Amino acid sequence: MGTIELIAMVSIFSAAFAIAIGSIGSAFGEAMAASTALRSIAQQPDHTGAITRTLFVSMAMIESTAIYAFVVSMILIFANPFWDYVIQQAAGK
Amino acid sequence: MVNVILLHLRELLQNFRADGTENIQPMKLSPDQYILFDWGWGRLNGTICFTWLIIVLLAGTARLITRNLSSDATMSSSQNLLEVVVSSISSHIHETIHRDPVPLIPFVGTLFLFIFVSNVLAIVPFYLPPTASLSTTTALALCVFLAVPFFGLSSRSMKSYLSDYIKPTIFMFPFNILGEISRTFALAVRLYGNMMSGSVLGLVILSVIPFVFPVVLQLLGLLTGVIQAYIFAILAMVYIAAALKKEDREGKEVEK
Repeated sequence: MGTIELIAMVSIFSAAFAIAIGSIGSAFGEAMAASTALRSIAQQPDHTGAITRTLFVSMAMIESTAIYAFVVSMILIFANPFWDYVIQQAAGK
Repeated sequence: MVNVILLHLRELLQNFRADGTENIQPMKLSPDQYILFDWGWGRLNGTICFTWLIIVLLAGTARLITRNLSSDATMSSSQNLLEVVVSSISSHIHETIHRDPVPLIPFVGTLFLFIFVSNVLAIVPFYLPPTASLSTTTALALCVFLAVPFFGLSSRSMKSYLSDYIKPTIFMFPFNILGEISRTFALAVRLYGNMMSGSVLGLVILSVIPFVFPVVLQLLGLLTGVIQAYIFAILAMVYIAAALKKEDREGKEVEK
Protein backbone atom coordinates (compact mmCIF):
# COMPACT_ATOMS: atom_id res chain seq x y z
CA MET A 1 0.00 0.00 0.00
CA GLY A 2 1.47 3.30 -1.13
CA THR A 3 1.44 6.63 0.62
CA ILE A 4 -1.54 7.92 -1.38
CA GLU A 5 -3.76 4.99 -0.48
CA LEU A 6 -2.70 5.17 3.16
CA ILE A 7 -3.47 8.89 3.37
CA ALA A 8 -6.82 8.42 1.64
CA MET A 9 -7.79 5.61 3.99
CA VAL A 10 -6.73 7.46 7.13
CA SER A 11 -8.51 10.64 5.98
CA ILE A 12 -11.78 8.88 5.25
CA PHE A 13 -11.79 7.00 8.55
CA SER A 14 -10.78 10.11 10.53
CA ALA A 15 -13.54 12.11 8.85
CA ALA A 16 -16.11 9.46 9.72
CA PHE A 17 -14.95 9.23 13.33
CA ALA A 18 -14.74 13.01 13.68
CA ILE A 19 -18.37 13.56 12.70
CA ALA A 20 -19.63 10.43 14.47
CA ILE A 21 -18.01 11.09 17.85
CA GLY A 22 -18.17 14.87 17.59
CA SER A 23 -21.94 14.97 17.08
CA ILE A 24 -22.82 12.74 20.06
CA GLY A 25 -22.15 15.39 22.69
CA SER A 26 -24.04 18.17 20.97
CA ALA A 27 -26.96 15.86 20.17
CA PHE A 28 -27.38 15.06 23.87
CA GLY A 29 -26.84 18.69 24.80
CA GLU A 30 -29.47 19.95 22.35
CA ALA A 31 -31.93 17.31 23.50
CA MET A 32 -31.46 18.36 27.12
CA ALA A 33 -31.78 22.06 26.29
CA ALA A 34 -34.95 21.50 24.25
CA SER A 35 -36.61 19.28 26.85
CA THR A 36 -35.83 21.69 29.67
CA ALA A 37 -37.10 24.63 27.62
CA LEU A 38 -40.33 22.77 26.79
CA ARG A 39 -40.84 21.96 30.44
CA SER A 40 -40.35 25.56 31.48
CA ILE A 41 -42.69 26.77 28.70
CA ALA A 42 -45.31 24.35 30.00
CA GLN A 43 -44.85 25.71 33.51
CA GLN A 44 -44.67 29.39 32.57
CA PRO A 45 -46.39 30.02 29.21
CA ASP A 46 -46.15 33.78 29.77
CA HIS A 47 -42.37 33.73 29.31
CA THR A 48 -42.43 31.74 26.05
CA GLY A 49 -40.75 34.54 24.11
CA ALA A 50 -37.78 34.92 26.39
CA ILE A 51 -37.36 31.16 26.79
CA THR A 52 -37.47 30.55 23.03
CA ARG A 53 -34.94 33.29 22.37
CA THR A 54 -32.52 31.93 24.96
CA LEU A 55 -33.12 28.42 23.64
CA PHE A 56 -32.15 29.46 20.09
CA VAL A 57 -28.96 31.12 21.25
CA SER A 58 -27.93 28.23 23.48
CA MET A 59 -28.80 25.73 20.73
CA ALA A 60 -26.44 27.61 18.42
CA MET A 61 -23.70 27.51 21.05
CA ILE A 62 -24.20 23.79 21.67
CA GLU A 63 -24.43 23.01 18.00
CA SER A 64 -21.12 24.70 17.23
CA THR A 65 -19.16 21.70 18.54
CA ALA A 66 -20.83 19.47 15.98
CA ILE A 67 -20.29 22.10 13.30
CA TYR A 68 -16.57 22.17 14.07
CA ALA A 69 -16.43 18.39 13.75
CA PHE A 70 -18.35 18.65 10.47
CA VAL A 71 -15.98 21.29 9.08
CA VAL A 72 -12.95 19.21 10.06
CA SER A 73 -14.36 16.10 8.38
CA MET A 74 -15.27 18.09 5.25
CA ILE A 75 -11.73 19.45 5.10
CA LEU A 76 -10.36 15.93 5.49
CA ILE A 77 -12.47 14.63 2.61
CA PHE A 78 -12.67 17.49 0.11
CA ALA A 79 -9.76 19.83 0.86
CA ASN A 80 -7.21 17.55 2.45
CA PRO A 81 -3.84 19.37 2.60
CA PHE A 82 -1.82 16.16 3.04
CA TRP A 83 -3.52 14.54 0.09
CA ASP A 84 -2.87 17.60 -2.09
CA TYR A 85 0.78 17.61 -1.02
CA VAL A 86 1.29 13.96 -1.93
CA ILE A 87 -0.49 14.44 -5.28
CA GLN A 88 1.78 17.38 -6.03
CA GLN A 89 4.87 15.35 -5.11
CA ALA A 90 3.70 12.50 -7.33
CA ALA A 91 2.97 14.87 -10.23
CA GLY A 92 6.36 16.55 -9.82
CA LYS A 93 8.25 13.28 -10.26
CA MET B 1 -28.69 25.99 -3.42
CA VAL B 2 -29.81 23.74 -6.25
CA ASN B 3 -27.26 25.43 -8.49
CA VAL B 4 -24.52 24.72 -6.01
CA ILE B 5 -25.62 21.13 -5.78
CA LEU B 6 -25.77 20.68 -9.53
CA LEU B 7 -22.37 22.26 -10.00
CA HIS B 8 -20.93 20.07 -7.28
CA LEU B 9 -22.53 16.99 -8.76
CA ARG B 10 -21.21 17.75 -12.23
CA GLU B 11 -17.73 18.16 -10.85
CA LEU B 12 -17.99 15.03 -8.80
CA LEU B 13 -19.05 13.09 -11.89
CA GLN B 14 -16.17 14.56 -13.87
CA ASN B 15 -13.80 13.54 -11.13
CA PHE B 16 -15.15 10.02 -11.24
CA ARG B 17 -14.62 9.92 -14.99
CA ALA B 18 -11.06 11.19 -14.75
CA ASP B 19 -8.75 8.28 -14.03
CA GLY B 20 -5.34 10.00 -13.98
CA THR B 21 -4.25 11.11 -10.51
CA GLU B 22 -3.36 14.59 -11.80
CA ASN B 23 -6.94 15.29 -12.85
CA ILE B 24 -8.42 14.75 -9.39
CA GLN B 25 -9.35 18.10 -7.88
CA PRO B 26 -10.86 18.82 -4.49
CA MET B 27 -14.59 19.48 -4.70
CA LYS B 28 -15.56 23.14 -4.69
CA LEU B 29 -17.27 23.92 -1.41
CA SER B 30 -17.55 27.69 -1.52
CA PRO B 31 -18.41 30.46 -3.98
CA ASP B 32 -14.76 31.53 -3.59
CA GLN B 33 -13.78 28.96 -6.14
CA TYR B 34 -16.07 30.12 -8.94
CA ILE B 35 -13.89 32.57 -10.77
CA LEU B 36 -15.91 34.93 -12.94
CA PHE B 37 -13.10 37.08 -14.33
CA ASP B 38 -9.39 36.56 -14.07
CA TRP B 39 -7.00 39.43 -14.66
CA GLY B 40 -3.32 38.95 -14.05
CA TRP B 41 -3.28 41.03 -10.87
CA GLY B 42 -6.48 39.81 -9.34
CA ARG B 43 -9.60 37.84 -9.92
CA LEU B 44 -13.28 38.40 -9.33
CA ASN B 45 -14.86 35.40 -7.62
CA GLY B 46 -18.44 34.56 -6.82
CA THR B 47 -18.18 35.68 -3.20
CA ILE B 48 -17.18 39.26 -4.03
CA CYS B 49 -19.66 39.52 -6.88
CA PHE B 50 -22.66 38.32 -4.86
CA THR B 51 -21.64 40.45 -1.86
CA TRP B 52 -21.68 43.50 -4.14
CA LEU B 53 -25.05 42.41 -5.44
CA ILE B 54 -26.49 42.27 -1.92
CA ILE B 55 -24.93 45.61 -0.97
CA VAL B 56 -26.43 47.26 -4.06
CA LEU B 57 -29.78 45.58 -3.43
CA LEU B 58 -30.01 46.59 0.25
CA ALA B 59 -28.61 50.09 -0.13
CA GLY B 60 -30.55 50.77 -3.31
CA THR B 61 -33.86 49.63 -1.83
CA ALA B 62 -33.29 51.64 1.33
CA ARG B 63 -32.34 54.73 -0.70
CA LEU B 64 -35.36 54.40 -2.97
CA ILE B 65 -37.75 54.09 -0.04
CA THR B 66 -36.23 56.74 2.22
CA ARG B 67 -36.06 59.30 -0.62
CA ASN B 68 -39.57 60.53 0.11
CA LEU B 69 -40.45 59.82 3.71
CA SER B 70 -43.61 61.18 5.26
CA SER B 71 -44.21 61.77 8.94
CA ASP B 72 -47.99 62.18 8.87
CA ALA B 73 -50.66 59.48 8.97
CA THR B 74 -50.47 58.55 5.28
CA MET B 75 -47.32 56.80 4.15
CA SER B 76 -46.24 54.52 1.36
CA SER B 77 -46.46 50.77 2.00
CA SER B 78 -42.70 50.40 1.48
CA GLN B 79 -42.03 52.99 4.18
CA ASN B 80 -44.36 51.02 6.42
CA LEU B 81 -42.34 47.86 5.69
CA LEU B 82 -39.05 49.54 6.60
CA GLU B 83 -40.55 50.97 9.79
CA VAL B 84 -41.73 47.50 10.79
CA VAL B 85 -38.26 46.06 10.16
CA VAL B 86 -36.46 48.79 12.11
CA SER B 87 -38.88 48.81 15.02
CA SER B 88 -38.86 45.01 15.37
CA ILE B 89 -35.04 44.98 15.36
CA SER B 90 -35.09 47.74 17.95
CA SER B 91 -37.57 45.93 20.21
CA HIS B 92 -35.59 42.68 19.89
CA ILE B 93 -32.39 44.43 20.95
CA HIS B 94 -34.18 46.00 23.88
CA GLU B 95 -35.71 42.70 25.00
CA THR B 96 -32.38 40.90 24.76
CA ILE B 97 -30.02 43.31 26.49
CA HIS B 98 -32.45 45.57 28.43
CA ARG B 99 -30.74 48.75 27.32
CA ASP B 100 -31.27 51.71 25.05
CA PRO B 101 -31.19 50.01 21.62
CA VAL B 102 -30.51 53.13 19.52
CA PRO B 103 -26.67 53.00 19.43
CA LEU B 104 -26.72 49.30 18.55
CA ILE B 105 -29.36 49.36 15.79
CA PRO B 106 -27.06 50.41 12.89
CA PHE B 107 -24.44 47.73 13.56
CA VAL B 108 -26.57 44.78 14.67
CA GLY B 109 -29.37 45.55 12.24
CA THR B 110 -26.95 45.71 9.31
CA LEU B 111 -25.37 42.40 10.30
CA PHE B 112 -28.78 40.75 10.55
CA LEU B 113 -30.15 42.18 7.30
CA PHE B 114 -27.01 41.36 5.31
CA ILE B 115 -26.81 37.75 6.50
CA PHE B 116 -30.58 37.30 6.23
CA VAL B 117 -30.77 38.56 2.65
CA SER B 118 -27.69 36.64 1.56
CA ASN B 119 -29.07 33.39 3.02
CA VAL B 120 -32.64 33.77 1.82
CA LEU B 121 -31.66 34.72 -1.74
CA ALA B 122 -30.34 31.14 -2.05
CA ILE B 123 -33.68 30.24 -3.64
CA VAL B 124 -32.88 32.49 -6.61
CA PRO B 125 -31.35 30.53 -9.52
CA PHE B 126 -27.66 31.12 -10.32
CA TYR B 127 -27.05 32.63 -6.91
CA LEU B 128 -24.56 31.29 -4.37
CA PRO B 129 -24.80 32.66 -0.81
CA PRO B 130 -21.56 34.52 0.01
CA THR B 131 -21.98 33.38 3.62
CA ALA B 132 -21.04 29.86 2.48
CA SER B 133 -17.50 31.21 2.08
CA LEU B 134 -15.22 31.34 5.10
CA SER B 135 -13.78 34.71 4.04
CA THR B 136 -17.17 36.49 4.27
CA THR B 137 -18.00 35.04 7.66
CA THR B 138 -14.50 35.81 8.95
CA ALA B 139 -14.90 39.42 7.84
CA LEU B 140 -18.25 39.67 9.65
CA ALA B 141 -16.83 38.06 12.80
CA LEU B 142 -13.85 40.46 12.73
CA CYS B 143 -16.33 43.35 12.55
CA VAL B 144 -17.91 42.04 15.77
CA PHE B 145 -14.45 41.55 17.31
CA LEU B 146 -13.60 45.20 16.64
CA ALA B 147 -17.04 46.50 17.58
CA VAL B 148 -16.80 45.10 21.12
CA PRO B 149 -13.99 47.44 22.32
CA PHE B 150 -15.44 50.27 20.20
CA PHE B 151 -18.83 50.18 21.91
CA GLY B 152 -17.24 49.36 25.27
CA LEU B 153 -14.91 52.35 25.17
CA SER B 154 -17.65 54.68 23.96
CA SER B 155 -19.68 53.91 27.09
CA ARG B 156 -16.98 53.76 29.77
CA SER B 157 -13.35 54.57 30.50
CA MET B 158 -10.35 52.64 29.21
CA LYS B 159 -9.39 51.62 32.75
CA SER B 160 -12.76 50.17 33.63
CA TYR B 161 -12.98 48.40 30.25
CA LEU B 162 -9.55 46.80 30.58
CA SER B 163 -10.20 45.79 34.19
CA ASP B 164 -12.81 43.35 32.86
CA TYR B 165 -9.96 41.24 31.51
CA ILE B 166 -8.39 40.64 34.92
CA LYS B 167 -11.64 39.61 36.59
CA PRO B 168 -12.10 37.65 38.82
CA THR B 169 -8.30 37.42 39.33
CA ILE B 170 -5.22 38.44 37.34
CA PHE B 171 -4.59 34.75 36.60
CA MET B 172 -7.66 34.67 34.40
CA PHE B 173 -6.12 37.22 32.00
CA PRO B 174 -4.84 34.72 29.38
CA PHE B 175 -8.12 32.80 29.47
CA ASN B 176 -10.15 35.96 28.95
CA ILE B 177 -8.01 36.86 25.93
CA LEU B 178 -8.32 33.31 24.62
CA GLY B 179 -12.08 33.43 25.09
CA GLU B 180 -12.27 36.67 23.10
CA ILE B 181 -10.40 35.10 20.18
CA SER B 182 -12.15 31.75 20.25
CA ARG B 183 -15.63 33.24 20.30
CA THR B 184 -14.77 35.30 17.21
CA PHE B 185 -13.53 32.13 15.53
CA ALA B 186 -16.68 30.31 16.64
CA LEU B 187 -18.91 33.05 15.14
CA ALA B 188 -17.17 32.73 11.77
CA VAL B 189 -17.07 28.93 11.64
CA ARG B 190 -20.65 28.51 12.88
CA LEU B 191 -22.18 30.58 10.08
CA TYR B 192 -19.84 29.11 7.47
CA GLY B 193 -20.39 25.52 8.61
CA ASN B 194 -24.15 25.88 8.64
CA MET B 195 -24.37 27.44 5.20
CA MET B 196 -21.82 25.06 3.69
CA SER B 197 -23.42 21.99 5.26
CA GLY B 198 -26.67 22.74 3.41
CA SER B 199 -25.08 22.31 -0.01
CA VAL B 200 -22.96 19.31 0.98
CA LEU B 201 -25.96 17.57 2.54
CA GLY B 202 -27.90 18.36 -0.64
CA LEU B 203 -25.21 16.71 -2.75
CA VAL B 204 -25.15 13.60 -0.61
CA ILE B 205 -28.96 13.27 -0.64
CA LEU B 206 -29.09 14.02 -4.36
CA SER B 207 -26.78 11.10 -5.09
CA VAL B 208 -28.99 8.76 -3.03
CA ILE B 209 -32.59 10.05 -3.56
CA PRO B 210 -32.65 12.41 -6.56
CA PHE B 211 -36.40 13.26 -6.51
CA VAL B 212 -38.53 15.43 -4.20
CA PHE B 213 -36.39 14.97 -1.12
CA PRO B 214 -33.78 17.63 -2.06
CA VAL B 215 -36.63 20.17 -2.20
CA VAL B 216 -37.56 19.42 1.41
CA LEU B 217 -33.92 19.75 2.29
CA GLN B 218 -33.75 23.13 0.58
CA LEU B 219 -36.67 24.30 2.74
CA LEU B 220 -34.73 23.18 5.78
CA GLY B 221 -31.73 25.09 4.42
CA LEU B 222 -33.82 28.29 4.23
CA LEU B 223 -34.93 27.82 7.84
CA THR B 224 -31.31 27.27 8.90
CA GLY B 225 -30.27 30.40 7.04
CA VAL B 226 -32.84 32.58 8.80
CA ILE B 227 -32.03 31.11 12.23
CA GLN B 228 -28.31 31.57 11.68
CA ALA B 229 -28.79 35.22 10.70
CA TYR B 230 -30.82 35.74 13.88
CA ILE B 231 -28.25 33.94 16.03
CA PHE B 232 -25.32 35.86 14.55
CA ALA B 233 -27.04 39.16 15.34
CA ILE B 234 -28.07 38.03 18.85
CA LEU B 235 -24.55 36.83 19.69
CA ALA B 236 -22.99 40.04 18.39
CA MET B 237 -25.46 41.94 20.56
CA VAL B 238 -24.68 39.84 23.65
CA TYR B 239 -20.92 40.27 23.18
CA ILE B 240 -21.26 44.03 22.80
CA ALA B 241 -23.65 44.28 25.75
CA ALA B 242 -21.12 42.45 27.95
CA ALA B 243 -18.57 45.17 27.20
CA LEU B 244 -20.93 48.07 27.95
CA LYS B 245 -21.26 49.83 31.28
CA LYS B 246 -22.86 47.66 33.95
CA GLU B 247 -24.85 50.43 35.71
CA ASP B 248 -26.95 51.14 32.62
CA ARG B 249 -28.76 47.89 32.92
CA GLU B 250 -30.10 48.35 36.43
CA GLY B 251 -31.06 51.96 35.67
CA LYS B 252 -33.04 50.82 32.65
CA GLU B 253 -34.73 48.04 34.57
CA VAL B 254 -35.84 50.39 37.36
CA GLU B 255 -37.02 52.98 34.86
CA LYS B 256 -39.08 50.35 33.04
